[in-house]
Amino acid sequence: MKKEQQLDMYHQMVLIRRVEERGAELYQAGKIGGFMHLYIGQEAVSTGLIAAREPRDRVITAYRDHGVAINCGLSADEVMAELLGKSTGMSKGKGGSMHMASVEKNMWGGHAIVGGHLPIAAGLALGDQYAKNDNVTICMFGDGATNIGYFHEALNLAKTWGLRVLWVCENNQYGMGTSVERASAVSDIRQKAEGYAMKNAEVNGMDVIAVYEAAKEAIQYVRKEGQPYFLEVDTYRFRGHSMGDPERYRKAEEVKQWQENDPIGIFNKYLLDTKIATRKGLDEIEARVEAEVSKAVEFAEASPEPALEELFTNVYVEN
Amino acid sequence: MAKITMREAISQALMEEMDRDPAVFIMGEEVGVWGGTYAVTKGFYDKYGADRVKDTPIAENAIVGAAIGAAMVGQRPIAELMTINFAFSAMDYIVNQAPKLHYMFGGQFTVPMVIRAVGGGGRQLGATHSQTPDAIFAHFPGLKVVSPGTPEDAKGLLKSAIRSNDPILFIEHATMYQVRGEVPEGEYLIPIGKSKIQRAGKDLTIVTYCKGLELSMKAADELSKEGIEAEIVDLRTLRPLDMEPVLESFKKTNRAIVVEEGWKSYGVGSEIVSCIYEEAFDYIDAPIVRVAQKEVPLPYNRALEQAALPQVSDIIAAAKEVLR
Repeated sequence: MKKEQQLDMYHQMVLIRRVEERGAELYQAGKIGGFMHLYIGQEAVSTGLIAAREPRDRVITAYRDHGVAINCGLSADEVMAELLGKSTGMSKGKGGSMHMASVEKNMWGGHAIVGGHLPIAAGLALGDQYAKNDNVTICMFGDGATNIGYFHEALNLAKTWGLRVLWVCENNQYGMGTSVERASAVSDIRQKAEGYAMKNAEVNGMDVIAVYEAAKEAIQYVRKEGQPYFLEVDTYRFRGHSMGDPERYRKAEEVKQWQENDPIGIFNKYLLDTKIATRKGLDEIEARVEAEVSKAVEFAEASPEPALEELFTNVYVEN
Repeated sequence: MAKITMREAISQALMEEMDRDPAVFIMGEEVGVWGGTYAVTKGFYDKYGADRVKDTPIAENAIVGAAIGAAMVGQRPIAELMTINFAFSAMDYIVNQAPKLHYMFGGQFTVPMVIRAVGGGGRQLGATHSQTPDAIFAHFPGLKVVSPGTPEDAKGLLKSAIRSNDPILFIEHATMYQVRGEVPEGEYLIPIGKSKIQRAGKDLTIVTYCKGLELSMKAADELSKEGIEAEIVDLRTLRPLDMEPVLESFKKTNRAIVVEEGWKSYGVGSEIVSCIYEEAFDYIDAPIVRVAQKEVPLPYNRALEQAALPQVSDIIAAAKEVLR
């Protein structure tokens, strides 16, 4: 991988982290409503994954989507504006935290029903199969989504029809507050893919380079073979499931242990150790992120609310 | 004008649209090799091949969910549900995903998908396979719900539905595939969201759709013999609901009944009556009567099932009641 790309990935990861931290502050201040699920701790997953795609490859994810939006190329301005429900958000303030998308950036949402987007992902790939192209659909979901019926119907269809989907399970160890062991018949989630005779792999989701490499290989397989692939990514969310999570289900020591494996810290050290970057270079990236995020907050706060007439637009394409 | 069956009308609509637009394809349980459980897609598999007539697993979430995804990226899938009773298995997609995607993402996504589903009782299929739950689906903004009562409308409305860029639930009735009717020669479209006067009359207004239309036409013939001329307004589309012809007719007759096959409580009739009260209160000469299904799960036994379903005699009795 080229140096520039690695530095760009570092920039994306720090940008996600800071957007989330500022978002949390704005949420506490009452400027962001609804549910908000932070990606802090999981930045290496979508950063590595999406860096490995070609622009024509589609991305679809669940409600923990701010980071994915940034990795797909949406600006911090648009993300922050959508969080604040402003007309300048990518979904015009009608979607909010859980519904970020961009057709232009091939980012197909942002979906809030656990597992509900998996059959839709199969459908994106079906559309491509029908159009006879070899685009790959990257579908991200949490460990919790592998226990619901949608997951099984979607994996079965993808394998039966040879749909080009890279299924990515972000195993962050908990479905809301219930650990994998308490909710899933198998804690080694890849075993579920085995049940559908689907090629699969597992990767350390705190190491962005490892994720990138695993994703490259997986995407290449999917594209070439015309078959789905299942990638389990081990990761951890440092914050609660959503804002307002009392976190009674896990111990502080456990969180601390994972935080010592901070994906940004790991990547930072890697870039310095391999001399891909200098301390000064990384400091500059972090300073750039600060400016970007401050500007995004200003942009979002200064942006107009959606006009009241927007209430009735886009209910139908044809009225 | 050619006289064809409802089955032929729907089949022709599908075939014409598949011939016209290569983005149109069909997916569902037994739509291909089997030829469709109601034989609507008989011969399609041989004509269009497995790519365009896709036999799916028995998995409604996969069927409707994948159709939504394919529609989002520019295809025009027609997802067939073997019966509308199986729509409950895919409820999330029909009411919570497809109708929201255009709005919730600020207009970025469109879902040009048609879901064809067969509903209705009268075939002794028992409580879980005989329902007419149309009103539930019509509750959700963002979804369009179409349910024709004649072959002419079925063909013209289905063709419009396939060309529409909005998600549409197209509800057919299991006992109406053999109903025959005149259909215009050649290409024609019927706009979605337009009610139609199917029979002119001056004494009372019957508001109905789908199976209710068939029953109401028979009832109107009987009433006519007694000198009562009923005007029948066929809704054809439940959402968006076109009340104009209903109100126009009611302002003339001042008396109305609503006929639907589904349950009365929270049903289509409730909506129609409410609209009349809101829009034409000063024109009401008699309480409006709803003819609908008895409030029970449909039983298997033929006599019991028929006793639960609205009958021509119920419509005649209701008409006479509002004319008293």
